[in-house]
Amino acid sequence: MTPQEIIETLRSRFGDAILEAKTEGVIDPFVKVSPLSLKEISHFLRDDEKTLFDVLMCLSGMDYTGGKLGVVYHLHSTSLDHKIVLKTEVTAESPHAASVESVWKTANWHEREAFDLFGIVFDGHPDLRRILLPDDWEGHPLRKDYAVPEFYNGMKVPY
Amino acid sequence: MKEVLLGALHNDILAYVLMALVPLAWVVPFALFAVWWERKISAHMQDRLGPMRTGGWHGWAQTVADILKLIQKEDIIPAAADRKLFILAPYLVFAGSYAAYAAIPFSAAFVGSELNIGLFYIVSISALVVVGLLMAGWASNNKWSLFGAMRSAAQIISYEIPVALCLLAAVMVTGTFDMQQINQMQEGGIFHWLVFQKFPFLFLAMIMYFIGSLAEVNRTPFDIPEAESELVAGYHTEYGGMRFALLFLSEYANMFVVAAIASTLFLGGWTSPFGDFLSGPWWGVFWFLSKGMLIVFVQMWLRWTLPRLRVDQLMEVGWKVLIPFSFVVVLGVGFWVMAVR
Amino acid sequence: MEERMTSERTVAGFGRSLKTEEMVLSMGPQHPSTHGVLRLELVVDGEIVVDVIPHLGYLHRCFEKHCEHMTSYQQVIPYADRMDYVAAMSNEFGYVVAMEKLLKIKVPERVEYIRVIMAEFSRIVSHLIAVGTYGMDIGAVTPFLFCMRDRERVLDIFEQTCGARLLYNYMWIGGLSHDVQPNFAEKVRSFCTYFRPKLKELNDLLSYNKIFIDRTANVGVLPADVALNYAVSGPTLRGSGVRWDVRKNDPYSIYPTLDFEIPVGTGAMGTVGDCWDRYMVRVKEMEQSVNILEQAIEKLPPGDVQAALPKRIRPDAGDLYVRTETPKGELGYYLVSDGTASPFRVKVKSPCFVNLSALPAMARGSMIADVVAILGSIDIVLGEVDR
Repeated sequence: MTPQEIIETLRSRFGDAILEAKTEGVIDPFVKVSPLSLKEISHFLRDDEKTLFDVLMCLSGMDYTGGKLGVVYHLHSTSLDHKIVLKTEVTAESPHAASVESVWKTANWHEREAFDLFGIVFDGHPDLRRILLPDDWEGHPLRKDYAVPEFYNGMKVPY
Repeated sequence: MKEVLLGALHNDILAYVLMALVPLAWVVPFALFAVWWERKISAHMQDRLGPMRTGGWHGWAQTVADILKLIQKEDIIPAAADRKLFILAPYLVFAGSYAAYAAIPFSAAFVGSELNIGLFYIVSISALVVVGLLMAGWASNNKWSLFGAMRSAAQIISYEIPVALCLLAAVMVTGTFDMQQINQMQEGGIFHWLVFQKFPFLFLAMIMYFIGSLAEVNRTPFDIPEAESELVAGYHTEYGGMRFALLFLSEYANMFVVAAIASTLFLGGWTSPFGDFLSGPWWGVFWFLSKGMLIVFVQMWLRWTLPRLRVDQLMEVGWKVLIPFSFVVVLGVGFWVMAVR
Repeated sequence: MEERMTSERTVAGFGRSLKTEEMVLSMGPQHPSTHGVLRLELVVDGEIVVDVIPHLGYLHRCFEKHCEHMTSYQQVIPYADRMDYVAAMSNEFGYVVAMEKLLKIKVPERVEYIRVIMAEFSRIVSHLIAVGTYGMDIGAVTPFLFCMRDRERVLDIFEQTCGARLLYNYMWIGGLSHDVQPNFAEKVRSFCTYFRPKLKELNDLLSYNKIFIDRTANVGVLPADVALNYAVSGPTLRGSGVRWDVRKNDPYSIYPTLDFEIPVGTGAMGTVGDCWDRYMVRVKEMEQSVNILEQAIEKLPPGDVQAALPKRIRPDAGDLYVRTETPKGELGYYLVSDGTASPFRVKVKSPCFVNLSALPAMARGSMIADVVAILGSIDIVLGEVDR
């Protein structure tokens, strides 16, 4: 299916959960969806026989500055050989998005990383804790407004 | 020798202690040499050189330098370790392997103690090593060491059975446990050696004894107890300095003990392969040591070629393969001996 | 996490149940077999592993944060090298392919061919380490030394080309940092003739050794559908029988013009997707890489390797995701540009990170010695897992 067709299918099925879509003027066509509808949409994209997106290639946290965080999902289908990008935006005050761990198991660690580095909370994730940084680290480093803490457990951080 | 020392010293205990220390004159230089030899063999098999500098010619003094270094290291005992057992364990392991040297005949004239149950004594006293290993693993207060010790205990006692059965097959032919007499029965050239008697049973017995002995001394492919890549160093992880040197020394001493038993029982011990030519008390020592070293070489060769078996596969090989075959060998030799008589 | 779980087991003939306790073993951060600083928390019941919980982050060096503070996109390349430090050329390759797509520039033919040659060398080098250390984990130390010896030949070629043996900073956006030396073709050909018999030697010594097969066949089976759900890639995925390789299925550079095969696991020694399959895929891939090297060096055209180097790298605002096939799997770069000369976001999807997430699924129910075998067969490099 072409990206346009995929977007049409999604629009017709999910209506107002689809916030924006772009196929022209971008290198990778994308669909912007609402954060809490992610799980439903992912289930559909994985199981529907016209889309069959069985591989979640990459899940990236994003900080769009101005208090807006986001998550970008790159999906791919090995059998039908098409790709699509899902994007979603959350605010820094209430960074909640639905977890897709039950759809693609690989999202388990990717979402933990996004939580660790950006502070995005994935509702429904079985074990959301830090993965790359120590468990007692404070702050979310990859945010644009992150300030390096002076001390960590008595050790001076900036050297 | 006993008479000489007793006469010279007029003191029984001192004489006996000195006699007990005589095999050390072989064990310590052998261990030093064997470590160097192993490093050289492994290096050349791996397309590299090994020690080259210490002492000049191919780094022959490397082990000497290592021992000197280990002696002057700080003695660290983990705070949570069981002190008494931790300290005692290496001595037990060493005692287990060293005590076997008492009954091994180095030559027609050189044997520590001519016991009429020599072989039986050797097999039993070597079992002391298991106690020492278990102690080392337990006292280290380290889960990995405990794993190594448990595996080692299971492995050694499982492989005692095929080892003992193969030795039994040889004993059935000779009719005696006395190591010196077993050696004397094999005089007269290579075809008198036990390995070629009652063919193919004793030949099979020798091969199975060799495989079992690899398990007894924790060498690859049976080195699960000290599996370097899994358990760091298994039961001797927490040992450092001189204690570690003692454990290492006893491993090589043990290697030579099993090689010596194999060569005495199956390969003729101190007898010359040419019969009367090149035989005599000193030639005997030469033949005995060369046969022992040959088997040690094969042990080292196998170590650097083969991967290691997992613990359940190791048990399977011991119980399901070696034991049935050793039963077959014992039965075969038994029937043959009875039929001849 | 110190809750001891006790389980009751009824043993026949005993008439009462036997209580066993599960032990929590910590396999390193310092351990000879975890291929770096990785902590595996093993919950074991005797020798059987009930659960494996990997703890990462010991080698986290904030690659993605650093990229955001660079003043130029070109400066990212030495950092990218240091992710999978064993096959550094592949990391660079992925990044420059992604950047060139973002900037919409086309590089000269000569650059493409040299890049492919370097990438295939890097594949051979990485698989040699994977195979060698795997043998060492299983207990056979000698193949490791043989692999290192063969690896030295390739590192000599790298050193003559760009001056570095391990971390190169060689592939730049738009070209290469140095052209290859005049006797490069001769060196590559002589390596190919030298290396093929060495693969046969490796097979004789390790691959078909009965003990090695006993340790790796039927161990750590990863079914194909589970593998795809975990987005596993590279030899780990191909070992499960899925014929998926980015070089063939989503090609980049000049790979469509080259003729090579994709080896997959067939369960020849046990089940499809066991450790032996993954290991064998790597050995066969080395052979295929030698084929690619021979073809590429034949077709290497003359030209200038720095013709397309842009003076200022200021891509238009936008984002893209590009993936390449590194020896470990599918390395993906998600680049977001805001129109300035400094990267806005560089997200790396590291194949080792994803492959490692499948470890608990593969290792539950096996023995401790098997966990070592399974971890070795996934072939992780902690630099890439933690970035």
